[in-house]
Amino acid sequence: MTQAASSSIITVENVIKQFGRFAALRGVSAEFDAGRFHAILGDNGAGKTTLLRALAGLAHPTQGSISIFGKSPQAACRDLGYMAHPSLLYDEMSGMENLRYFAQLYGITGDERCAQAIRAVGLDPQLTRGVGQYSQGMRQRMSLARAILHDPKVLLLDEPFSNVDVHSAREMVGLLKGMRDVGKTIFVVTHQALLLDGVADEFVWMQAGQIVDRTATVMRGATTGEGVQ
Amino acid sequence: MNSLWALTLATLVKDIRLEWRSKDALNSMLFFSLLVVVIFVFSFDPLAEESRHIVGGLVWVAFLFAAVVALNQTWARELRNQVLDAYRVSPAPANALFMAKALGNFLFVSVLEALMTPLFVIFYNLHVLGPAWQLIPLALLGTWALVVNGTFFAAMSLRTRNREIMLPLLLFPVSIPAVLGMVAGTTAVLTGENSAHFYIVLLLTYDVVFTTACLGLFGTILQAE
Repeated sequence: MTQAASSSIITVENVIKQFGRFAALRGVSAEFDAGRFHAILGDNGAGKTTLLRALAGLAHPTQGSISIFGKSPQAACRDLGYMAHPSLLYDEMSGMENLRYFAQLYGITGDERCAQAIRAVGLDPQLTRGVGQYSQGMRQRMSLARAILHDPKVLLLDEPFSNVDVHSAREMVGLLKGMRDVGKTIFVVTHQALLLDGVADEFVWMQAGQIVDRTATVMRGATTGEGVQ
Repeated sequence: MNSLWALTLATLVKDIRLEWRSKDALNSMLFFSLLVVVIFVFSFDPLAEESRHIVGGLVWVAFLFAAVVALNQTWARELRNQVLDAYRVSPAPANALFMAKALGNFLFVSVLEALMTPLFVIFYNLHVLGPAWQLIPLALLGTWALVVNGTFFAAMSLRTRNREIMLPLLLFPVSIPAVLGMVAGTTAVLTGENSAHFYIVLLLTYDVVFTTACLGLFGTILQAE
């Protein structure tokens, strides 16, 4: 227990997030360890995306607190890589142009790091057409390239495999697994839990704005009798 | 400080590139102000002397309305694919984004003014009777007054349901002192009856006050949900 607590890098304490009268998160408390692959699962409206946005510093908790490396998410932003469901990319610019701009936001100059990130997700840095003309799968990969561009310690990925074919999704899973193996902490919100079976270290189950279970496998049968559909 | 200006420049270059490729703001501004000029020409048929008294108002009203079109476009492109979130999660300072957007809008509206002013001169047969050089500081300071507040209020109304309506509702009342200064200053130069010096100082003061206020508050606006 002491060992687990000492390696926990993210602490979520009684976080409540309300949008008007609707509470998307209802008192979420959890600790997450470094260098582990966390899959966040749950039905639509369970609060997965809101939790991820709160971790990224995009949604400010109405109550409670989040600490990442002992700092607020905003202060820890250099250590966080965030990939949302939309691409967070400019459609009119090529992948390289997009990454070159976002690299500058992190104080990264030169094209080498951008090209490296694009190659890491299996795309060609020489592609000149606008991201808007990419296939959905390519856009997802480029979005992942943007998230890993500044070599963050923690990756927060919202539905990275949606609209991606199985082969590409498996390649992305392989890439994420490799990143976890070199010490990155990864959070993936997904409805395709089976893709992460045997890869994720922990499955975090959410329901009605709360974490209801944390399991080591994609099956919840041992504790609740439930499992992945 | 270097980083602030480097990021401002990077964002400005990116915005110019996006505008060059899409021409969203420039095209809509140009067509809009061209329509306004044509409608004004058909609505009034003033003598040269009368023109000098009313054109200051017509010009700035046309530019103000046209600028609103550009201002809405500026932030709309940050909402597509939620790109603004990528900026919000980065360590880049909010003010770099604001300055880049304001400078970009200043550039786009200045291009519009450069293209439309000759049309006003031709259609209204204008001859400047006062010191013509004063039109330059009036145009620069007046344009900055419009775009700095416009950029700020466009960002503020970004997440409202009717942002196209909200922007003029927020911007126009705040812009009244600046618009009065621009119109009165331009009229003073065109007619040569008064000095525009007072209006230039008024606009300069207005710009300093509102630029400082916008820079001070923009971080809060950017991080608002």
